[in-house]
Amino acid sequence: MYFAFIKYRKIFYIVSFFLSVAAVASIFLFGLKLGIDFTGGSSLELAYKNANEVPSVEIVRQTLSGLDLGEISLQKKGDKGFILKMKNISEENHQEILKRLGGLAELEQGSESFQMIGPIIGQEMKGKTIVVIFLALLAILLYVTLSFRRVTRPVKSYVYGIAGIIALGHDVLVPLGVLAFLGKLQGCEITIPIVVAFLTIFGYSISDSIVVFDRTRENLLKAKDSSFAVTVEKSLNETLARCFNTALTVLLVLFAMFFLGDPSLKYFSLTLIIGISCGVYSSIFLASPLLVTFQQSKTK
Amino acid sequence: MKKRKIYICLIAIFALAVFGVAIVLPEYLNQSIEYINDFQTKTLRAQILEIPHIPVIPFKLGLDLQGGSQLIYDADLQSVEKKEKSEVMQGLRDVIERRINLFGVREPIVRVEEKGERKQLVVELPGIKNAQAIEMIGKTPYLEFKEEKTKEEIDQILERQKNGETITEDFYFRSTNLTGKYLKKAELDFGQTALEPQVALEFNEEGAKIFEDLTSRNVDKRVAIYIDNVLISAPVVREAISGGKAQISGKFTINEAKELVRNLNAGALPVPIKLIYQDIVGPTLGKISLEKSLQAGVYGFLAVALFMILVYRVSGFLASVSLLIYGIILLSLFKLIPVTLTLAGIGGAILSVGMAVDANVLNFERKREELKQGETFLVAVEKSFSRSWPAVRDSHFTALMIALIMFSFGTNFVKGFALALSLGILASLFSALFITRIFLMVFVGTRLEKIKWLWTR
Repeated sequence: MYFAFIKYRKIFYIVSFFLSVAAVASIFLFGLKLGIDFTGGSSLELAYKNANEVPSVEIVRQTLSGLDLGEISLQKKGDKGFILKMKNISEENHQEILKRLGGLAELEQGSESFQMIGPIIGQEMKGKTIVVIFLALLAILLYVTLSFRRVTRPVKSYVYGIAGIIALGHDVLVPLGVLAFLGKLQGCEITIPIVVAFLTIFGYSISDSIVVFDRTRENLLKAKDSSFAVTVEKSLNETLARCFNTALTVLLVLFAMFFLGDPSLKYFSLTLIIGISCGVYSSIFLASPLLVTFQQSKTK
Repeated sequence: MKKRKIYICLIAIFALAVFGVAIVLPEYLNQSIEYINDFQTKTLRAQILEIPHIPVIPFKLGLDLQGGSQLIYDADLQSVEKKEKSEVMQGLRDVIERRINLFGVREPIVRVEEKGERKQLVVELPGIKNAQAIEMIGKTPYLEFKEEKTKEEIDQILERQKNGETITEDFYFRSTNLTGKYLKKAELDFGQTALEPQVALEFNEEGAKIFEDLTSRNVDKRVAIYIDNVLISAPVVREAISGGKAQISGKFTINEAKELVRNLNAGALPVPIKLIYQDIVGPTLGKISLEKSLQAGVYGFLAVALFMILVYRVSGFLASVSLLIYGIILLSLFKLIPVTLTLAGIGGAILSVGMAVDANVLNFERKREELKQGETFLVAVEKSFSRSWPAVRDSHFTALMIALIMFSFGTNFVKGFALALSLGILASLFSALFITRIFLMVFVGTRLEKIKWLWTR
């Protein structure tokens, strides 16, 4: 089996382009919903003991009216529980909510969770996220440039870094677009775990591209007479099985986490599933063909 | 490598695995040890060799898995001089810790965290009955004495208010350095008339001196007593008071006075604090999270092992065995270091199971190429490891680098994830490059080596 990746590269570019455009459109259309990790606010989860005694959303709202809670977003969690999200509330109000909702039917002991995040912490997290993402990108570019510094022909070493980062951008945009869509559909929010998922995608996507680049580097030193396009294509074919197999093993555990793991890590694993699938696609169909495109545009 | 050396390594790996199992699951081994010890005394009637028990090290579970609360308070240090800040924070820590201990919370953690200029107090309370403790921390009173501002200052403020400025500072009183920090004890007192409940305060030596200074410089002026930034009373000072005793006579009911006394005695805050973060997880919720995550981990591991065996045959089976040893090493590291396990940490560890086989996959794919080119088994194994090394190094290094950058994020979730992932990456390198390799080398020169379909698809 030998795939002519380079010959059809325009098709892959178009696919990636459309995926990215769709993702950007989704982000602009639906907007990204930031979780209370970043905006500040409170989130309360509780569950009732018996599924048939669970009060309706309207009754819960009525029961809580009169308390100084601001605007409440009320979601069902499973068939027994609720998730309430509101502004920053005091400990007294937190206890009052529990008392009032506990008065409707018996609550499941120990199943409660409450989070209150002040606006200062939210701001701090926003700032940190930006710094960390920037640092990660910088570190990736530097590392790729450094480790490919001996390979300056026919493209300069930083071109590998740039191709890797373009592929990375694609791998981040697509899941971000899906999250924006899910935000509209199911109220999915961008939280710290999601940011962590994206940082992991950074690492995975780039290391995936690097493995292919690495083979290109090796083959360039070995076969000096064949053209750059041929060498890149050969390297792609040689690393294809590895890329798919590694991605599959990671996806297997991610699916286990998505279906069997804790619900609070559901969007985290979903983000990773989409990001890593894109990562395989982009490191094969985008990053390496881009090297050839860069090289040819230069020689023209 | 010589055959003998390989066998020595194999024994070392086996010993490592047994050691790991002993650390991860000591309960089962201790049961067997007890059985053997029993057997000796009962059947042989002599204790030939008494095997000692393996010490049980429990996993350290984070608050999100065992249930508990994390609270972060922001301390207002505006009125504190720079060099005294850390001392004041220590005082604050002590007061809060005493409060929590009153409620018998098991193993509370109270620590000061510096965020640049701002200082925060992080309180972690494992277990269930925290609502009361949290409420009590919130009720820790902040006691402060203030003195009058000069006429000019007051005029100035009033002037500024007329000009439409919003004034946030106190109009008539200025803070002094006499706060609840110097309080020795508080008592309920009914004054001379025996009608109005009062709170009698007694300062420590240092506080008594400050109080004397304060009263002597404010003779015939008012000194205001604030609790939680609310003016309680502002008596006029008749003469300097030495000995460090003062009364607060607000219009208290007896119950209010009693509660204030109790709260002041439990500790008054040296500076005001504000709750800025609160995270409470119920213990049942935590337990379910833990069970589900472990289940996901086990099934994830089985799926990966099955996949590796299907694709890489015997090599894949050997890789799965080394993946199992990798899991044991990782879990023992968690216990030995010890790493506080959080949901995020387990997530990172599970993810690293998927990534751990990456180095194996890289090597096996290389080996397949070399075998195809007609290399012998030994050469193919040797070459596959040396040739795939740059790719293994680069891909693992980038992942590790990102994990380290994540670490600088600082929140518990991210730290737990990054730590588990980095440990996972390191342990996986060891398992793929050393353990799997030794396993493969065992088969060099055996009859099995010649049967190619056993080793690759």
